[in-house]
Amino acid sequence: MSEREVLELLRENARYSAADIARMTGLEEQEVEAVVEELEGAGVVRGYQAVVDWDKLEDERVRAEVELNVRLDRETGYGDIAERLARFPQVKALRLVSGDYDFDMEVEGDSIREVSQFISEKVAPVPEITQTVTHYVMTSYKENGIELGDGEDDDRLSFSP
Amino acid sequence: MTIEPSDRVKAVPPSGIRRFFEIAEERDEVISLGVGEPDFSTPWAARDAAITSLEQGKTSYTANRGKRELRESIADYVADRFDLGYDPAEEIIVTAGASEAVDLAFRAFVDPGDTVAIAQPSYISYEPGVIFAGGEVLPVPTRKEDEFRLTVEELDAAGAADADVLVVCYPNNPTGAIMREEDLEPIADFAREHDLTVFSDEIYAELTYDGDHTSIATVDGMRERTIVFNGFSKAHAMTGLRLGYALGPADAIGAMNKIHQYAMLSAPTTAQYAALEALDSCENDVREMVDQYDRRRQFVLSRFREIGMDVFEAKGAFYCFPEVPEGFTAEEFAEDVLREQGVAVVPGDVFGVGGEGHLRISYATGLEDLREALTRIEAFVAEHA
Ligand SMILES: Cc1ncc(COP(=O)(O)O)c(C=O)c1O
Repeated sequence: MSEREVLELLRENARYSAADIARMTGLEEQEVEAVVEELEGAGVVRGYQAVVDWDKLEDERVRAEVELNVRLDRETGYGDIAERLARFPQVKALRLVSGDYDFDMEVEGDSIREVSQFISEKVAPVPEITQTVTHYVMTSYKENGIELGDGEDDDRLSFSP
Repeated sequence: MTIEPSDRVKAVPPSGIRRFFEIAEERDEVISLGVGEPDFSTPWAARDAAITSLEQGKTSYTANRGKRELRESIADYVADRFDLGYDPAEEIIVTAGASEAVDLAFRAFVDPGDTVAIAQPSYISYEPGVIFAGGEVLPVPTRKEDEFRLTVEELDAAGAADADVLVVCYPNNPTGAIMREEDLEPIADFAREHDLTVFSDEIYAELTYDGDHTSIATVDGMRERTIVFNGFSKAHAMTGLRLGYALGPADAIGAMNKIHQYAMLSAPTTAQYAALEALDSCENDVREMVDQYDRRRQFVLSRFREIGMDVFEAKGAFYCFPEVPEGFTAEEFAEDVLREQGVAVVPGDVFGVGGEGHLRISYATGLEDLREALTRIEAFVAEHA
Protein backbone atom coordinates (compact mmCIF):
# COMPACT_ATOMS: atom_id res chain seq x y z
CA MET A 1 0.00 0.00 0.00
CA SER A 2 2.63 2.54 0.99
CA GLU A 3 4.73 1.27 -1.94
CA ARG A 4 1.96 2.22 -4.29
CA GLU A 5 1.56 5.65 -2.72
CA VAL A 6 5.26 6.34 -2.87
CA LEU A 7 5.39 5.22 -6.49
CA GLU A 8 2.52 7.45 -7.44
CA LEU A 9 4.21 10.43 -5.87
CA LEU A 10 7.54 9.67 -7.53
CA ARG A 11 5.82 9.37 -10.87
CA GLU A 12 4.15 12.68 -10.25
CA ASN A 13 7.48 14.28 -9.48
CA ALA A 14 10.69 12.31 -9.03
CA ARG A 15 12.26 15.28 -7.32
CA TYR A 16 10.05 15.10 -4.28
CA SER A 17 12.43 14.50 -1.42
CA ALA A 18 11.95 11.68 1.05
CA ALA A 19 10.95 14.37 3.53
CA ASP A 20 8.27 15.72 1.17
CA ILE A 21 6.85 12.26 0.58
CA ALA A 22 6.94 11.52 4.28
CA ARG A 23 4.91 14.65 4.96
CA MET A 24 2.34 13.75 2.34
CA THR A 25 1.89 10.13 3.28
CA GLY A 26 2.35 10.31 7.01
CA LEU A 27 5.21 7.77 6.80
CA GLU A 28 8.52 8.34 8.55
CA GLU A 29 11.25 9.77 6.37
CA GLN A 30 13.37 6.64 6.93
CA GLU A 31 10.46 4.44 5.90
CA VAL A 32 10.14 6.38 2.66
CA GLU A 33 13.84 6.01 2.02
CA ALA A 34 13.62 2.29 2.69
CA VAL A 35 10.64 1.85 0.37
CA VAL A 36 12.36 3.78 -2.43
CA GLU A 37 15.55 1.79 -1.96
CA GLU A 38 13.62 -1.44 -2.09
CA LEU A 39 11.76 -0.39 -5.22
CA GLU A 40 15.03 0.58 -6.86
CA GLY A 41 16.72 -2.61 -5.74
CA ALA A 42 13.90 -4.77 -7.02
CA GLY A 43 14.10 -3.02 -10.36
CA VAL A 44 10.60 -1.58 -10.08
CA VAL A 45 11.93 1.95 -10.25
CA ARG A 46 14.31 1.89 -13.21
CA GLY A 47 15.48 5.46 -13.31
CA TYR A 48 14.60 9.10 -13.02
CA GLN A 49 14.40 11.45 -15.98
CA ALA A 50 13.36 14.97 -16.82
CA VAL A 51 10.31 15.49 -18.99
CA VAL A 52 11.46 17.89 -21.70
CA ASP A 53 9.48 20.07 -24.04
CA TRP A 54 11.97 20.17 -26.93
CA ASP A 55 9.90 22.72 -28.78
CA LYS A 56 10.94 25.24 -26.15
CA LEU A 57 14.64 24.83 -26.98
CA GLU A 58 16.55 26.37 -29.86
CA ASP A 59 18.35 23.10 -30.59
CA GLU A 60 16.67 20.88 -33.05
CA ARG A 61 15.65 17.53 -31.73
CA VAL A 62 13.99 15.09 -34.07
CA ARG A 63 11.84 12.27 -32.91
CA ALA A 64 10.04 9.57 -34.78
CA GLU A 65 7.61 6.82 -33.96
CA VAL A 66 8.46 3.80 -36.07
CA GLU A 67 6.17 0.87 -36.77
CA LEU A 68 8.07 -2.36 -37.34
CA ASN A 69 6.86 -5.60 -38.81
CA VAL A 70 8.99 -8.67 -38.33
CA ARG A 71 9.05 -12.25 -39.54
CA LEU A 72 10.01 -14.80 -36.93
CA ASP A 73 11.77 -18.04 -37.73
CA ARG A 74 12.50 -21.10 -35.66
CA GLU A 75 15.63 -19.59 -34.10
CA THR A 76 14.55 -16.00 -33.58
CA GLY A 77 11.82 -14.73 -31.26
CA TYR A 78 10.54 -11.22 -30.56
CA GLY A 79 12.90 -11.04 -27.61
CA ASP A 80 15.96 -11.56 -29.77
CA ILE A 81 15.00 -8.84 -32.20
CA ALA A 82 14.09 -6.49 -29.37
CA GLU A 83 17.41 -7.08 -27.67
CA ARG A 84 19.27 -6.18 -30.81
CA LEU A 85 17.27 -3.00 -31.43
CA ALA A 86 17.19 -1.82 -27.83
CA ARG A 87 20.96 -1.62 -27.79
CA PHE A 88 21.01 1.33 -30.18
CA PRO A 89 21.22 4.57 -28.17
CA GLN A 90 18.97 6.26 -30.75
CA VAL A 91 16.12 4.00 -29.66
CA LYS A 92 14.37 5.62 -26.71
CA ALA A 93 11.48 3.24 -26.34
CA LEU A 94 10.61 -0.12 -27.80
CA ARG A 95 7.41 -2.01 -27.23
CA LEU A 96 5.85 -5.15 -28.63
CA VAL A 97 2.28 -4.25 -29.48
CA SER A 98 -0.85 -5.94 -30.72
CA GLY A 99 -2.49 -4.90 -33.95
CA ASP A 100 -1.31 -4.16 -37.47
CA TYR A 101 2.37 -4.14 -36.68
CA ASP A 102 4.66 -5.83 -34.18
CA PHE A 103 6.94 -3.27 -32.58
CA ASP A 104 6.44 0.32 -31.75
CA MET A 105 9.78 2.11 -31.57
CA GLU A 106 10.65 5.67 -30.54
CA VAL A 107 13.78 7.08 -32.12
CA GLU A 108 15.57 10.35 -31.40
CA GLY A 109 18.29 12.21 -33.26
CA ASP A 110 19.65 15.65 -34.02
CA SER A 111 18.25 15.91 -37.53
CA ILE A 112 15.79 14.25 -39.85
CA ARG A 113 18.76 13.10 -41.88
CA GLU A 114 20.31 11.39 -38.88
CA VAL A 115 17.10 9.65 -37.93
CA SER A 116 16.37 8.54 -41.50
CA GLN A 117 19.87 7.24 -41.89
CA PHE A 118 19.63 5.33 -38.67
CA ILE A 119 16.40 3.66 -39.77
CA SER A 120 17.56 2.85 -43.27
CA GLU A 121 21.07 1.78 -42.35
CA LYS A 122 20.69 0.13 -38.97
CA VAL A 123 17.10 -0.91 -38.54
CA ALA A 124 15.77 -1.88 -41.96
CA PRO A 125 18.70 -4.22 -42.70
CA VAL A 126 17.97 -6.39 -39.66
CA PRO A 127 17.06 -9.61 -41.50
CA GLU A 128 13.84 -10.36 -39.59
CA ILE A 129 12.42 -6.89 -40.15
CA THR A 130 10.08 -6.96 -43.11
CA GLN A 131 8.73 -3.43 -43.01
CA THR A 132 9.25 -0.07 -41.31
CA VAL A 133 6.87 2.87 -41.31
CA THR A 134 8.32 6.06 -39.88
CA HIS A 135 6.20 8.84 -38.42
CA TYR A 136 8.10 12.00 -37.56
CA VAL A 137 6.80 13.75 -34.48
CA MET A 138 5.67 17.22 -35.40
CA THR A 139 4.42 18.53 -32.09
CA SER A 140 4.17 16.88 -28.73
CA TYR A 141 1.31 17.87 -26.49
CA LYS A 142 1.83 15.55 -23.58
CA GLU A 143 4.77 13.48 -22.36
CA ASN A 144 4.81 11.09 -19.44
CA GLY A 145 1.52 12.39 -18.18
CA ILE A 146 2.67 16.00 -18.27
CA GLU A 147 1.03 18.45 -20.64
CA LEU A 148 3.46 20.49 -22.69
CA GLY A 149 3.19 23.80 -24.45
CA ASP A 150 2.39 27.16 -22.94
CA GLY A 151 1.51 26.30 -19.38
CA GLU A 152 -1.51 28.55 -19.18
CA ASP A 153 -1.10 31.06 -16.42
CA ASP A 154 -3.08 30.69 -13.26
CA ASP A 155 -5.22 33.77 -13.56
CA ARG A 156 -7.26 33.09 -10.49
CA LEU A 157 -7.54 35.96 -8.06
CA SER A 158 -4.71 35.93 -5.55
CA PHE A 159 -7.36 36.23 -2.87
CA SER A 160 -10.86 34.85 -2.99
CA PRO A 161 -13.45 34.13 -0.32
CA MET B 1 -24.75 64.37 -8.35
CA THR B 2 -23.95 61.07 -6.78
CA ILE B 3 -26.26 58.15 -6.67
CA GLU B 4 -26.59 57.54 -3.00
CA PRO B 5 -26.38 53.91 -1.91
CA SER B 6 -28.89 52.57 0.56
CA ASP B 7 -28.13 52.58 4.28
CA ARG B 8 -27.90 48.80 4.13
CA VAL B 9 -25.20 48.94 1.51
CA LYS B 10 -23.38 51.66 3.43
CA ALA B 11 -23.53 49.54 6.58
CA VAL B 12 -21.36 46.85 5.03
CA PRO B 13 -17.64 47.66 5.35
CA PRO B 14 -15.30 46.96 2.44
CA SER B 15 -13.98 43.40 2.31
CA GLY B 16 -10.95 42.74 4.49
CA ILE B 17 -9.37 40.88 1.62
CA ARG B 18 -9.43 43.85 -0.74
CA ARG B 19 -6.37 45.69 0.66
CA PHE B 20 -4.23 42.58 0.44
CA PHE B 21 -5.35 42.04 -3.07
CA GLU B 22 -4.02 45.48 -3.98
CA ILE B 23 -0.63 44.78 -2.41
CA ALA B 24 -0.45 41.44 -4.20
CA GLU B 25 -1.18 43.14 -7.52
CA GLU B 26 1.88 45.39 -7.12
CA ARG B 27 4.28 42.57 -6.52
CA ASP B 28 5.74 40.04 -8.94
CA GLU B 29 5.81 36.34 -8.35
CA VAL B 30 3.35 36.11 -5.58
CA ILE B 31 2.48 32.59 -4.53
CA SER B 32 -1.05 32.75 -3.33
CA LEU B 33 -2.37 30.66 -0.49
CA GLY B 34 -5.25 33.09 -0.35
CA VAL B 35 -7.61 31.45 -2.80
CA GLY B 36 -10.82 29.74 -1.78
CA GLU B 37 -11.32 27.83 -4.99
CA PRO B 38 -9.96 24.59 -6.42
CA ASP B 39 -6.87 24.70 -8.60
CA PHE B 40 -8.21 21.74 -10.58
CA SER B 41 -10.22 22.16 -13.73
CA THR B 42 -13.78 20.93 -13.91
CA PRO B 43 -13.72 17.19 -14.74
CA TRP B 44 -13.68 16.69 -18.50
CA ALA B 45 -16.92 14.76 -18.66
CA ALA B 46 -18.75 17.70 -17.09
CA ARG B 47 -17.06 20.20 -19.39
CA ASP B 48 -17.94 18.03 -22.34
CA ALA B 49 -21.58 17.89 -21.30
CA ALA B 50 -21.61 21.68 -21.10
CA ILE B 51 -20.07 21.96 -24.56
CA THR B 52 -22.50 19.44 -26.03
CA SER B 53 -25.45 21.24 -24.53
CA LEU B 54 -24.24 24.45 -26.19
CA GLU B 55 -23.75 22.69 -29.50
CA GLN B 56 -27.30 21.46 -29.28
CA GLY B 57 -28.47 24.98 -28.67
CA LYS B 58 -29.73 24.33 -25.17
CA THR B 59 -29.48 27.91 -24.13
CA SER B 60 -32.93 28.86 -22.90
CA TYR B 61 -34.13 29.32 -19.34
CA THR B 62 -34.92 26.16 -17.43
CA ALA B 63 -37.65 25.68 -14.85
CA ASN B 64 -37.24 28.26 -12.07
CA ARG B 65 -36.17 25.68 -9.57
CA GLY B 66 -33.78 24.07 -12.03
CA LYS B 67 -34.11 21.25 -14.52
CA ARG B 68 -36.26 18.53 -13.10
CA GLU B 69 -33.70 15.92 -14.11
CA LEU B 70 -30.96 17.74 -12.23
CA ARG B 71 -33.10 18.08 -9.11
CA GLU B 72 -33.76 14.34 -9.24
CA SER B 73 -30.10 13.69 -9.62
CA ILE B 74 -29.30 15.97 -6.68
CA ALA B 75 -31.91 14.18 -4.58
CA ASP B 76 -30.30 10.81 -5.33
CA TYR B 77 -26.84 12.15 -4.68
CA VAL B 78 -27.54 13.75 -1.29
CA ALA B 79 -29.49 10.67 -0.23
CA ASP B 80 -26.64 8.43 -1.19
CA ARG B 81 -23.76 10.52 0.13
CA PHE B 82 -25.22 12.29 3.15
CA ASP B 83 -28.36 10.40 4.03
CA LEU B 84 -30.51 13.43 3.23
CA GLY B 85 -34.01 12.78 1.85
CA TYR B 86 -35.53 15.60 -0.21
CA ASP B 87 -38.31 15.62 -2.77
CA PRO B 88 -37.01 16.95 -6.10
CA ALA B 89 -40.39 18.48 -6.93
CA GLU B 90 -40.72 20.78 -3.95
CA GLU B 91 -37.78 20.56 -1.60
CA ILE B 92 -34.84 21.41 -3.84
CA ILE B 93 -33.92 24.63 -5.62
CA VAL B 94 -31.01 25.01 -8.02
CA THR B 95 -29.29 28.39 -7.73
CA ALA B 96 -26.47 30.42 -9.25
CA GLY B 97 -23.88 29.12 -6.81
CA ALA B 98 -24.40 28.36 -3.17
CA SER B 99 -23.91 32.12 -2.81
CA GLU B 100 -27.30 32.81 -4.32
CA ALA B 101 -28.91 30.17 -2.13
CA VAL B 102 -27.43 31.82 0.97
CA ASP B 103 -28.68 35.22 -0.12
CA LEU B 104 -32.17 33.87 -0.91
CA ALA B 105 -32.39 32.30 2.51
CA PHE B 106 -31.49 35.52 4.31
CA ARG B 107 -34.00 37.45 2.28
CA ALA B 108 -36.70 34.81 2.60
CA PHE B 109 -36.42 34.20 6.35
CA VAL B 110 -34.93 37.29 7.97
CA ASP B 111 -37.15 40.27 8.75
CA PRO B 112 -35.71 43.67 9.57
CA GLY B 113 -34.53 43.55 13.14
CA ASP B 114 -34.28 39.76 13.28
CA THR B 115 -31.12 38.37 14.81
CA VAL B 116 -28.93 35.96 12.92
CA ALA B 117 -26.37 34.11 15.00
CA ILE B 118 -23.29 33.17 12.98
CA ALA B 119 -20.77 30.65 14.21
CA GLN B 120 -17.43 32.31 13.53
CA PRO B 121 -14.79 32.35 12.17
CA SER B 122 -16.78 31.75 9.02
CA TYR B 123 -17.13 32.42 5.34
CA ILE B 124 -17.20 36.15 4.73
CA SER B 125 -20.51 36.48 2.89
CA TYR B 126 -22.91 35.65 5.72
CA GLU B 127 -22.56 38.94 7.56
CA PRO B 128 -23.18 41.19 4.57
CA GLY B 129 -26.02 38.87 3.54
CA VAL B 130 -27.72 39.45 6.88
CA ILE B 131 -27.21 43.20 6.70
CA PHE B 132 -28.57 43.42 3.15
CA ALA B 133 -31.66 41.60 4.42
CA GLY B 134 -32.01 44.13 7.23
CA GLY B 135 -31.15 41.66 9.97
CA GLU B 136 -28.70 41.93 12.83
CA VAL B 137 -25.64 39.82 13.20
CA LEU B 138 -24.81 38.02 16.41
CA PRO B 139 -21.34 36.54 16.20
CA VAL B 140 -20.84 33.30 18.12
CA PRO B 141 -17.17 32.47 18.51
CA THR B 142 -15.70 29.01 18.11
CA ARG B 143 -12.32 28.30 19.63
CA LYS B 144 -9.22 26.35 18.93
CA GLU B 145 -9.57 24.59 22.33
CA ASP B 146 -12.84 23.14 21.00
CA GLU B 147 -11.27 22.33 17.63
CA PHE B 148 -13.31 25.22 16.25
CA ARG B 149 -16.53 23.29 16.77
CA LEU B 150 -19.60 25.21 17.82
CA THR B 151 -20.64 24.54 21.41
CA VAL B 152 -23.81 25.19 23.38
CA GLU B 153 -21.74 27.10 25.96
CA GLU B 154 -20.69 29.61 23.32
CA LEU B 155 -24.22 29.83 21.96
CA ASP B 156 -25.51 30.55 25.45
CA ALA B 157 -22.78 33.00 26.27
CA ALA B 158 -23.38 34.95 23.09
CA GLY B 159 -27.14 35.13 23.74
CA ALA B 160 -28.05 33.03 20.73
CA ALA B 161 -31.09 31.69 22.59
CA ASP B 162 -32.88 34.86 21.49
CA ALA B 163 -31.76 34.69 17.89
CA ASP B 164 -34.04 33.79 15.01
CA VAL B 165 -31.58 32.07 12.74
CA LEU B 166 -28.32 30.22 13.32
CA VAL B 167 -25.75 29.89 10.52
CA VAL B 168 -23.23 27.07 10.62
CA CYS B 169 -20.68 25.95 8.07
CA TYR B 170 -18.97 22.59 8.45
CA PRO B 171 -16.51 21.60 7.05
CA ASN B 172 -15.58 25.17 7.79
CA ASN B 173 -14.11 27.94 5.76
CA PRO B 174 -11.65 29.21 7.09
CA THR B 175 -10.67 26.79 9.88
CA GLY B 176 -11.11 23.42 8.16
CA ALA B 177 -12.99 22.22 11.24
CA ILE B 178 -15.68 19.56 11.00
CA MET B 179 -18.56 18.62 13.31
CA ARG B 180 -19.48 15.01 13.94
CA GLU B 181 -22.92 13.72 14.82
CA GLU B 182 -22.19 13.84 18.55
CA ASP B 183 -21.09 17.47 18.22
CA LEU B 184 -24.21 18.39 16.25
CA GLU B 185 -26.72 16.82 18.61
CA PRO B 186 -26.42 19.38 21.43
CA ILE B 187 -26.57 22.19 18.85
CA ALA B 188 -29.73 20.63 17.44
CA ASP B 189 -31.23 20.43 20.95
CA PHE B 190 -30.43 24.10 21.45
CA ALA B 191 -31.98 25.05 18.12
CA ARG B 192 -35.17 23.16 18.91
CA GLU B 193 -35.41 24.44 22.44
CA HIS B 194 -35.03 28.06 21.35
CA ASP B 195 -36.88 27.69 18.07
CA LEU B 196 -33.99 28.65 15.80
CA THR B 197 -34.00 28.15 12.07
CA VAL B 198 -30.66 26.69 11.03
CA PHE B 199 -28.82 27.54 7.82
CA SER B 200 -26.21 24.89 7.22
CA ASP B 201 -23.66 25.62 4.52
CA GLU B 202 -22.28 22.24 3.52
CA ILE B 203 -20.48 23.18 0.35
CA TYR B 204 -17.32 21.41 1.55
CA ALA B 205 -19.20 18.22 2.51
CA GLU B 206 -17.24 16.05 0.07
CA LEU B 207 -13.95 17.40 1.31
CA THR B 208 -13.48 15.56 4.58
CA TYR B 209 -10.36 13.61 5.39
CA ASP B 210 -11.24 11.69 8.47
CA GLY B 211 -14.63 10.03 8.14
CA ASP B 212 -17.69 11.13 6.23
CA HIS B 213 -19.65 14.32 6.56
CA THR B 214 -22.78 14.46 8.72
CA SER B 215 -25.44 17.05 7.96
CA ILE B 216 -27.22 18.68 10.87
CA ALA B 217 -30.45 18.17 8.91
CA THR B 218 -30.16 14.43 9.59
CA VAL B 219 -30.22 14.94 13.35
CA ASP B 220 -33.62 14.16 14.91
CA GLY B 221 -36.15 16.93 14.60
CA MET B 222 -33.87 19.16 12.52
CA ARG B 223 -35.07 18.55 9.02
CA GLU B 224 -38.10 20.80 9.37
CA ARG B 225 -36.07 23.75 10.66
CA THR B 226 -32.97 23.51 8.51
CA ILE B 227 -31.98 24.85 5.11
CA VAL B 228 -28.95 23.07 3.67
CA PHE B 229 -26.75 24.82 1.11
CA ASN B 230 -24.48 22.95 -1.22
CA GLY B 231 -23.09 23.32 -4.72
CA PHE B 232 -20.65 22.29 -7.37
CA SER B 233 -17.94 24.89 -6.85
CA LYS B 234 -15.67 23.04 -4.48
CA ALA B 235 -15.89 19.25 -4.83
CA HIS B 236 -16.56 19.40 -8.57
CA ALA B 237 -14.21 22.30 -9.24
CA MET B 238 -16.92 24.30 -10.99
CA THR B 239 -16.58 27.75 -9.37
CA GLY B 240 -16.91 29.70 -12.62
CA LEU B 241 -19.96 27.78 -13.73
CA ARG B 242 -21.94 29.21 -10.81
CA LEU B 243 -24.13 26.35 -9.71
CA GLY B 244 -25.42 25.51 -6.26
CA TYR B 245 -28.57 24.39 -4.55
CA ALA B 246 -30.59 24.52 -1.37
CA LEU B 247 -32.52 21.75 0.35
CA GLY B 248 -35.33 22.31 2.79
CA PRO B 249 -38.99 21.80 3.62
CA ALA B 250 -41.35 22.55 0.71
CA ASP B 251 -42.74 25.81 2.13
CA ALA B 252 -39.29 27.17 2.80
CA ILE B 253 -37.93 26.29 -0.62
CA GLY B 254 -41.12 27.77 -2.09
CA ALA B 255 -40.40 31.04 -0.29
CA MET B 256 -36.85 31.10 -1.61
CA ASN B 257 -38.11 30.31 -5.08
CA LYS B 258 -40.40 33.34 -4.91
CA ILE B 259 -37.34 35.61 -4.79
CA HIS B 260 -35.27 33.46 -7.12
CA GLN B 261 -37.89 33.49 -9.87
CA TYR B 262 -37.82 37.28 -10.01
CA ALA B 263 -34.15 37.90 -9.27
CA MET B 264 -32.60 35.10 -11.31
CA LEU B 265 -35.39 33.32 -13.24
CA SER B 266 -33.24 30.21 -13.33
CA ALA B 267 -29.66 29.13 -12.75
CA PRO B 268 -27.30 29.03 -15.76
CA THR B 269 -28.53 26.36 -18.16
CA THR B 270 -25.13 25.30 -19.45
CA ALA B 271 -23.96 24.81 -15.90
CA GLN B 272 -26.97 22.65 -15.15
CA TYR B 273 -25.98 20.28 -17.93
CA ALA B 274 -22.43 20.17 -16.61
CA ALA B 275 -23.73 19.48 -13.11
CA LEU B 276 -25.94 16.63 -14.29
CA GLU B 277 -22.91 14.97 -15.81
CA ALA B 278 -20.78 15.75 -12.77
CA LEU B 279 -23.21 13.85 -10.56
CA ASP B 280 -23.65 11.12 -13.10
CA SER B 281 -20.08 10.21 -13.91
CA CYS B 282 -17.47 12.24 -12.08
CA GLU B 283 -17.33 10.47 -8.75
CA ASN B 284 -13.82 9.23 -9.44
CA ASP B 285 -12.61 12.68 -10.35
CA VAL B 286 -13.93 13.93 -7.04
CA ARG B 287 -12.20 11.10 -5.16
CA GLU B 288 -8.93 11.89 -6.92
CA MET B 289 -9.11 15.55 -6.07
CA VAL B 290 -9.92 14.73 -2.47
CA ASP B 291 -6.87 12.45 -2.33
CA GLN B 292 -4.67 15.21 -3.63
CA TYR B 293 -6.06 17.71 -1.15
CA ASP B 294 -5.45 15.25 1.64
CA ARG B 295 -1.80 14.85 0.68
CA ARG B 296 -1.34 18.57 0.53
CA ARG B 297 -3.12 18.95 3.85
CA GLN B 298 -0.72 16.56 5.51
CA PHE B 299 2.20 18.28 3.87
CA VAL B 300 1.13 21.74 4.98
CA LEU B 301 0.28 20.69 8.54
CA SER B 302 3.60 18.97 8.96
CA ARG B 303 5.53 21.93 7.55
CA PHE B 304 3.83 24.36 9.93
CA ARG B 305 4.78 22.14 12.81
CA GLU B 306 8.37 22.11 11.62
CA ILE B 307 8.37 25.87 11.27
CA GLY B 308 7.17 25.98 14.85
CA MET B 309 3.82 27.63 14.18
CA ASP B 310 0.94 26.21 16.16
CA VAL B 311 -1.55 24.77 13.73
CA PHE B 312 -4.98 23.29 14.18
CA GLU B 313 -5.42 19.86 12.60
CA ALA B 314 -7.94 20.73 9.92
CA LYS B 315 -10.08 17.77 8.85
CA GLY B 316 -12.14 19.27 6.09
CA ALA B 317 -12.33 21.81 3.24
CA PHE B 318 -8.98 22.91 1.78
CA TYR B 319 -7.83 25.32 4.43
CA CYS B 320 -5.63 25.17 7.43
CA PHE B 321 -5.57 27.73 10.17
CA PRO B 322 -2.21 28.27 11.86
CA GLU B 323 -1.57 30.74 14.67
CA VAL B 324 0.78 33.61 13.97
CA PRO B 325 3.92 33.68 16.10
CA GLU B 326 4.00 35.98 19.13
CA GLY B 327 4.68 39.61 18.47
CA PHE B 328 2.49 39.77 15.38
CA THR B 329 -1.12 40.42 14.73
CA ALA B 330 -2.55 38.32 11.92
CA GLU B 331 -2.89 41.44 9.77
CA GLU B 332 0.75 42.40 10.29
CA PHE B 333 1.97 38.91 9.59
CA ALA B 334 -0.12 38.61 6.43
CA GLU B 335 0.94 42.02 5.16
CA ASP B 336 4.65 41.58 5.92
CA VAL B 337 4.93 38.06 4.56
CA LEU B 338 3.26 39.29 1.38
CA ARG B 339 5.53 42.32 1.00
CA GLU B 340 8.76 40.60 2.03
CA GLN B 341 8.33 37.07 0.76
CA GLY B 342 5.59 37.31 -1.83
CA VAL B 343 3.32 34.82 -0.12
CA ALA B 344 -0.35 35.73 0.03
CA VAL B 345 -2.31 34.49 3.04
CA VAL B 346 -5.50 35.78 4.61
CA PRO B 347 -5.56 37.11 8.19
CA GLY B 348 -8.10 35.30 10.34
CA ASP B 349 -9.78 38.52 11.56
CA VAL B 350 -11.47 38.81 8.18
CA PHE B 351 -13.60 35.79 9.10
CA GLY B 352 -14.97 37.26 12.30
CA VAL B 353 -14.54 36.63 16.00
CA GLY B 354 -12.27 33.77 16.96
CA GLY B 355 -10.17 34.29 13.85
CA GLU B 356 -7.79 36.81 15.41
CA GLY B 357 -4.17 35.74 15.58
CA HIS B 358 -4.67 33.15 12.87
CA LEU B 359 -4.05 32.87 9.15
CA ARG B 360 -6.13 31.11 6.59
CA ILE B 361 -3.91 29.03 4.36
CA SER B 362 -5.51 27.49 1.31
CA TYR B 363 -3.91 24.37 -0.06
CA ALA B 364 -5.88 24.49 -3.26
CA THR B 365 -2.50 25.10 -4.88
CA GLY B 366 0.00 22.72 -6.49
CA LEU B 367 2.52 21.04 -4.21
CA GLU B 368 5.50 22.74 -5.81
CA ASP B 369 4.05 26.11 -4.98
CA LEU B 370 3.04 24.99 -1.52
CA ARG B 371 6.55 23.80 -0.84
CA GLU B 372 8.06 27.07 -2.02
CA ALA B 373 5.51 29.15 -0.11
CA LEU B 374 6.23 27.29 3.10
CA THR B 375 9.96 27.67 2.61
CA ARG B 376 9.40 31.40 2.32
CA ILE B 377 7.16 31.48 5.39
CA GLU B 378 9.84 29.55 7.25
CA ALA B 379 12.46 32.13 6.24
CA PHE B 380 10.13 34.93 7.29
CA VAL B 381 9.49 33.38 10.69
CA ALA B 382 13.19 32.64 11.22
CA GLU B 383 14.00 36.27 10.55
CA HIS B 384 11.28 37.89 12.62
CA ALA B 385 10.08 35.62 15.36
C1 LIG C 1 -18.48 28.24 2.90
C2 LIG C 1 -18.74 28.72 1.52
N1 LIG C 1 -20.00 28.81 1.09
C3 LIG C 1 -20.27 29.24 -0.16
C4 LIG C 1 -19.28 29.61 -1.04
C5 LIG C 1 -19.65 30.10 -2.41
O1 LIG C 1 -19.89 29.04 -3.26
P1 LIG C 1 -20.51 29.20 -4.72
O2 LIG C 1 -19.35 29.29 -5.67
O3 LIG C 1 -21.30 27.95 -4.91
O4 LIG C 1 -21.33 30.42 -4.73
C6 LIG C 1 -17.95 29.53 -0.63
C7 LIG C 1 -16.86 29.96 -1.52
O5 LIG C 1 -15.76 30.25 -1.13
C8 LIG C 1 -17.68 29.07 0.68
O6 LIG C 1 -16.42 28.98 1.13
